[in-house]
Amino acid sequence: MILDGKCPAGALSDKWDDRLRELKLISPANKRRYKIIVVGTGLAGASAAATLGELGYNVEAFCCRDSPRRGHSIAAQGGINAAKNYPNDGDSIFRLFHDTIKGGDFRAREANVYRLAMLSNNIIDQCVAQGVPFARDYAGYLENRSFGGAQVSRTFFARGQTGQQLLLGAYGALSRQIRAGSVRLHPRTEMLDLVIVDGEAKGITVRDMVTGKIEGHAADAVCLCTGGYANVFYLSTNAMGSNVTAAYRAYKKGAFFANPCFTQIHPTCIPVSGEHQSKLTLMSESLRNDGRVWAPANKTDRRGPNDVPEPERDYFLERKYPGFGNLAPRDIASRAAKEVCDEGRGVGGSGYGVYLDFTEAVRRLGEEKIRERYGNLFDMYEKITGENAYKQPMRIYPAPHYTMGGLWVDYNLQSNVPGLFVLGEANFSDHGANRLGASALMQGLADGYFIIPYTIADYLARTGPGKMDAGRPEFNKSRDDAGALIRRLLSINGKKTVNEFHRELGSIMWENAGMARSSEGLERALTLIPALREEFYKNVKVPGSGEDMNQELEKAGRVADFLEFGELLVRDALHRNESCGGHFRVEHQMPDGEARRDDDNFCYVAAWGFRGIDREPELHKEPLVFENVQMTVRSYK
Amino acid sequence: MNLTLFVWRQKGPREPGRLEQYSAENISTEMSFLEMLDVVNEGLIRSGREPIAFDHDCREGICGTCSQVINGVPHGPQEKTTVCQLHMRNFKDGDSIYIEPWRAKAFPVIKDLVVDRSALDRVIQSGGYISVHTGGVPDANAVLVPKEDAEAAMDAAECIGCGACVAACPNGSAMLFTAAKVSHLTLMPQGKVEAARRVCVMTEAMLKEGFGNCGNHYECQAVCPKGISVQFIAKLNREFIKAALKAEA
Repeated sequence: MILDGKCPAGALSDKWDDRLRELKLISPANKRRYKIIVVGTGLAGASAAATLGELGYNVEAFCCRDSPRRGHSIAAQGGINAAKNYPNDGDSIFRLFHDTIKGGDFRAREANVYRLAMLSNNIIDQCVAQGVPFARDYAGYLENRSFGGAQVSRTFFARGQTGQQLLLGAYGALSRQIRAGSVRLHPRTEMLDLVIVDGEAKGITVRDMVTGKIEGHAADAVCLCTGGYANVFYLSTNAMGSNVTAAYRAYKKGAFFANPCFTQIHPTCIPVSGEHQSKLTLMSESLRNDGRVWAPANKTDRRGPNDVPEPERDYFLERKYPGFGNLAPRDIASRAAKEVCDEGRGVGGSGYGVYLDFTEAVRRLGEEKIRERYGNLFDMYEKITGENAYKQPMRIYPAPHYTMGGLWVDYNLQSNVPGLFVLGEANFSDHGANRLGASALMQGLADGYFIIPYTIADYLARTGPGKMDAGRPEFNKSRDDAGALIRRLLSINGKKTVNEFHRELGSIMWENAGMARSSEGLERALTLIPALREEFYKNVKVPGSGEDMNQELEKAGRVADFLEFGELLVRDALHRNESCGGHFRVEHQMPDGEARRDDDNFCYVAAWGFRGIDREPELHKEPLVFENVQMTVRSYK
Repeated sequence: MNLTLFVWRQKGPREPGRLEQYSAENISTEMSFLEMLDVVNEGLIRSGREPIAFDHDCREGICGTCSQVINGVPHGPQEKTTVCQLHMRNFKDGDSIYIEPWRAKAFPVIKDLVVDRSALDRVIQSGGYISVHTGGVPDANAVLVPKEDAEAAMDAAECIGCGACVAACPNGSAMLFTAAKVSHLTLMPQGKVEAARRVCVMTEAMLKEGFGNCGNHYECQAVCPKGISVQFIAKLNREFIKAALKAEA
């Protein structure tokens, strides 16, 4: 099937206004008759639930954490982009749009990205009005810094905790609506299934993670704001609880999963220290404003970093990409680090690391200034590694961080299942094959504050309110199915723990579908994953019962989904016989090792439809048309 | 290294709990404290016993989920560090470690080391925000914020809502938590409009949830993983008195 993103025709800059003019409205008195379910309370979910509640809808918000303040958006460090052009350095909405499209290696929808760039300015205004304490200069104006893939300074920040501050702003707005009674909050509650009635999304099935009770919730529409799936790699910068379950189970109910192979490996993470490692920690990209990335020029060099003289250091990003230097985009910087390590020039015990060096910045600006800018990151680095980065360079290595792929949505953020809307990282829409730094926060909040409130009304106005109740047979069946899976997992009583399976899956994914992918490796993964999945259902050990808090059971359900989803990711990577952005197929590279796109054959969104666990999914294509930017070879030289 | 653990086990909110002894063997100094517990739990699962339930999520010190009292100190021995960021190099081979949940009237135990901290959410819901609607706000640079105020507001806003301050307080007070939010919002010009009302409703909500009063012990500041200063409690008190005077006038 050829999918239609339903973008408005007309000039790029008029598209969103045109759409706003067409969208139906619902009168204030009628809004309260509609119920909307919002799953997830990170930036996208909290901003959506708060805004929809404010407008007068009846909102039910669900999160699997103990408080909505803990969504993983909270861990975003560096900042949020906006085209304010406050520094007077040549930024504009078009330039932010252009950088984002190019950064995504021409695999995102023009209309969506332009809208995102337009709304970026409203987001900063909104967050300031909420009291977010962004960095200021001495005159009291907002400060900006630079991020990868841009030659202007357009990133707003609150020390190294921008995500935290933006999320607490959205959490405040959400808390206000909970107080007002327009939003009902369900913390420690996990979505297990999407309920579809007559082809439309009309509710969800959830499990109370404290009592184990499984119940259905009916509504007029469902918004999934459940984040990304980087934990399919086991080790990633995502929180331990981040998972693909909500999105994947919606996929199994008919929603298309788009571009699952577009995953982002972030260049600056603290390297793995051993087998016990449970997660990886990001060191913000903003560090690359002042830190210089290097590795020893000679393979045999085993000296400590401070003993390697200047001429024997290879500042490989500055050497290869003089135009952007250390601020080359994430996918490019990650691959460059991998190359250096593959050549045997990596540092640290494992040889999988390169240096991020602040010596020159400390000399130029003084330790105090560096502390003011990045103090919390240096502290965090010291806690984890026991090393002082003011005195010796940090060691960094790429790690899975963000996933550009997600459930397919049209321009209105509605999936192919009517009534199911997908926001934030959980959808696929704006970042193409690679996301630029400081764009995730922007997208989550644009979707939640400024897009969904308009577009969901159009759907609701066409369907009429309050026709659903959770007593319908579709809800009963969904509850039964969810309960049956839980009983099955508990009954296996095998010999291996859930973590062991997750770790094995992660290693298959990282080896074969990580930073460099080949048809051979991907084919191998396609035999290894189903075998591991089969073993899982024979040999996993999930202790305890389903009747109370059971963290192993929660994990088991999520890993069961990762064991299916990983195969989908690999299939997508195998089918996309080109290199673009974070998807690097070794068969398709330029003589200098850069990604070689194939626009003639792959300039489309690949949206997969579920046909059964052991059957190949069905491929649907949404062609990408570029009318306002020229598709070029992405160069940062 | 090898360690002996004494861990609080409690099946449910209404069940009695007790300390149980476990051994943690071959622990590397590179591990985080939670990774050490992961290893212990894997062992428990393999031997057919129920693993220790504990709250954790981001494992990078920012989400505020992890919550354990280690050897009597919320978040353990290292200053300004959450449990997830505490590494085993802070312990010695042969150490005995006592691990308990947050203990406070307002934080009932759910299971083992997991407690219910929703009381903190309700304190925020009472008024810990600026009552602005989405849309219709001025340009971000229309209202200037002195750098010192923005920095001081950020010092308070860094609170991760973990509740260690409550667990450390002999009175089970949430004063530092509440004061941090009151101070953050009052220091920003956008938040001054509602300042008087906010400090009153948040203080009232705090008492209603069963948190105790502040007795100036400063245990909260000592254990706060973000190093939030008790000076903000003084600020809350000043704001409270100002609000009371305003109400009388």
